[in-house]
Amino acid sequence: MTILKLVLIELWKRKSQLITGLLAITLGIAVIIAIQSVSVVSERNVARNLDNLGANILVLPQGASIDDYYTSDIDAPTLPMDYVERILTSTIAGVDNMSPKLTRRVKVGDQSVVLTGILPKSEIASKPLWQSSGLLGAELKTTCAPNQSANKSHGLEDDKLKRKAIDTLNSKDCLAGSQVAKKLRLSTNGRINIMGKEFNVVKILPETGTVDDDRIFANLHDVQQLLGIENQVSAIEIMGCCNAISEGLLGQLRNILPDTRITTIGQIVSTQIETNQLMKKVTLIMLIIIFFVGGISIGNYIWANVNERKREIGILRMMGAKRSIIYKMFLLKALILGVGGGFLGYLLGTFAGVILGPYLAGIVVKPVYIYLLWSVLFSVAISLAGSLFPTYLAAKFDPHTNLQED
Amino acid sequence: MILQGENILKQYHHKGEMINALDHVSFKVNKGDFVTVTGPSGSGKSTLLLALFGLIRLTSGNIIFDGKRIDNISDRQLTEIRKKSVGYILQSFALIPYLTTIQNVMIPLALEKVPGKEQVKRAREILEYVGLSDRMEHLPREISAGQQQRIAIARSIIHRPQIIMADEPTGNLDPTLSLEILEFLKKINRENKITIIMVTHSPVAAEYGTMKLHLNEGKIMESGK
Ligand SMILES: Nc1ncnc2c1ncn2[C@@H]1O[C@H](COP(=O)(O)OP(=O)(O)O)[C@@H](O)[C@H]1O
Ligand SMILES: [Mg+2]
Repeated sequence: MTILKLVLIELWKRKSQLITGLLAITLGIAVIIAIQSVSVVSERNVARNLDNLGANILVLPQGASIDDYYTSDIDAPTLPMDYVERILTSTIAGVDNMSPKLTRRVKVGDQSVVLTGILPKSEIASKPLWQSSGLLGAELKTTCAPNQSANKSHGLEDDKLKRKAIDTLNSKDCLAGSQVAKKLRLSTNGRINIMGKEFNVVKILPETGTVDDDRIFANLHDVQQLLGIENQVSAIEIMGCCNAISEGLLGQLRNILPDTRITTIGQIVSTQIETNQLMKKVTLIMLIIIFFVGGISIGNYIWANVNERKREIGILRMMGAKRSIIYKMFLLKALILGVGGGFLGYLLGTFAGVILGPYLAGIVVKPVYIYLLWSVLFSVAISLAGSLFPTYLAAKFDPHTNLQED
Repeated sequence: MILQGENILKQYHHKGEMINALDHVSFKVNKGDFVTVTGPSGSGKSTLLLALFGLIRLTSGNIIFDGKRIDNISDRQLTEIRKKSVGYILQSFALIPYLTTIQNVMIPLALEKVPGKEQVKRAREILEYVGLSDRMEHLPREISAGQQQRIAIARSIIHRPQIIMADEPTGNLDPTLSLEILEFLKKINRENKITIIMVTHSPVAAEYGTMKLHLNEGKIMESGK
């Protein structure tokens, strides 16, 4: 027999109470972990996707967000294809390249994949990995010095490499992202039936770790026809000259393209940073609330436990247990509760993130193992803080008043 | 002499009134004595028993145990003495409800940090001694009152105390079981030379005393061998 064993036996014999005591802490931590695991991935994804855009200006339909653009739901808004022509024939200077895209989530067999229509020659093969796969054509001519700042922070430095277009993508040809290829067991020169039309898989793209992995790229005209959305696109990616951008290119574009949302990647990045900072603040406030709510709930549980065990405390003190033994008994219990609560909270939160992430944010969430350490430390801190005062009172109990029998 | 009380006074303030629960009590106990303390309800018997080793602090007076004064030492030191030298048996058995027989009996050894194996060995011996070898894994609520009190006795002697304090140990038991417990205490007293101070209101139990104290309204009325 040891004090630890006594604590464990008592915990085990009163399992149901244990669950109530742990509930607040566990749920609180679970919520934070779920939010964190999802936002960490979405943060990384946004950065990666923007890296791979290769363009620095996005023209989206009015009311569409960058997320809509990536998730490409069936009812996502579109804009007229004519806008490409309109820009070309305008007097606006500083537009180096444009790539219109139509993107929709479609079913192939029982798998959901994202079908993206692109125009060869104009599609910017920004991805360094794409380039290595031999899909490149001639280097695009730029009218002015490339903007270094937009993408540099995300690790892609060679602007020249980016500014090259995909050479050819004939009708009935398609490129498959690495994930799609895996899911549908596609191979180079294989065939795939998308919505009743046969496509020839000319290339399996290397893994990029972005939404592109989940996409099938085909000729824009084929895709428009297939989806029955003729002359419409989801977005126009523009490679603009940065000097022109700072001299009001966006404003000029807005003038000739009504009902669109035109942003620079820089703006998207800074909005994302702002959102992240807001999320961090919200998480901090939640942490503080959970600290108090969890602490009070554990403290309350320990206090009820102390009262229930008043006589036991008296008996132990009678038999020669020092005050420190009483501290040890209840704080050990709090420690075990803390570790358990943190562990369960982490599991629950991670599980929720992994399950819900794909549904809510359209992203693949992986467990973040370091959060386990933080959850347990945080939970133990709450638990000990909440139990300190009730334990102090328990140790101060007068042994004899708790022994009285009549 | 193992235990001596001199002019012990314990006053309680109760609803503005002052009660002398122990009113200048003096006595001497020799090693190996079986002391019985009798007296009507409210006469101060329990107060005396709990006061001797600091579970209740005196208003005034001296207590000398094993040649040293213990009425003026710290709670910590008193706790240490209780742990090493005293065993308690209460009317209501005072077992820990969620521990099995053997676990309950091992508690005093756990407090002294005796190694696990030795705890088990000694607990088994003691449980054999009190005839409960076949009830080791039972919880208190799964066994009879007489058996529970025998566990309490086993627990009170496992750490080889010098003195046992028993407050109405047969108060919750029927006459047959009472006799069994009393015989046990007598056996412990004789065989192990453990001094026993036993509070009781039963005349039968009182007869077991080699020394008898009778209290009334906190005063010692009679003390005899
Ligand atoms: N904590 C207390 N506060 C006030 N009075 C008490 C307290 N404990 C005991 N008393 C009083 O002291 C007297 C002696 O009590 P007690 O020693 O329990 O008697 P006994 O055990 O002989 O029945 C009684 O009058 C009782 O009411
Ligand atoms: Mg009493």
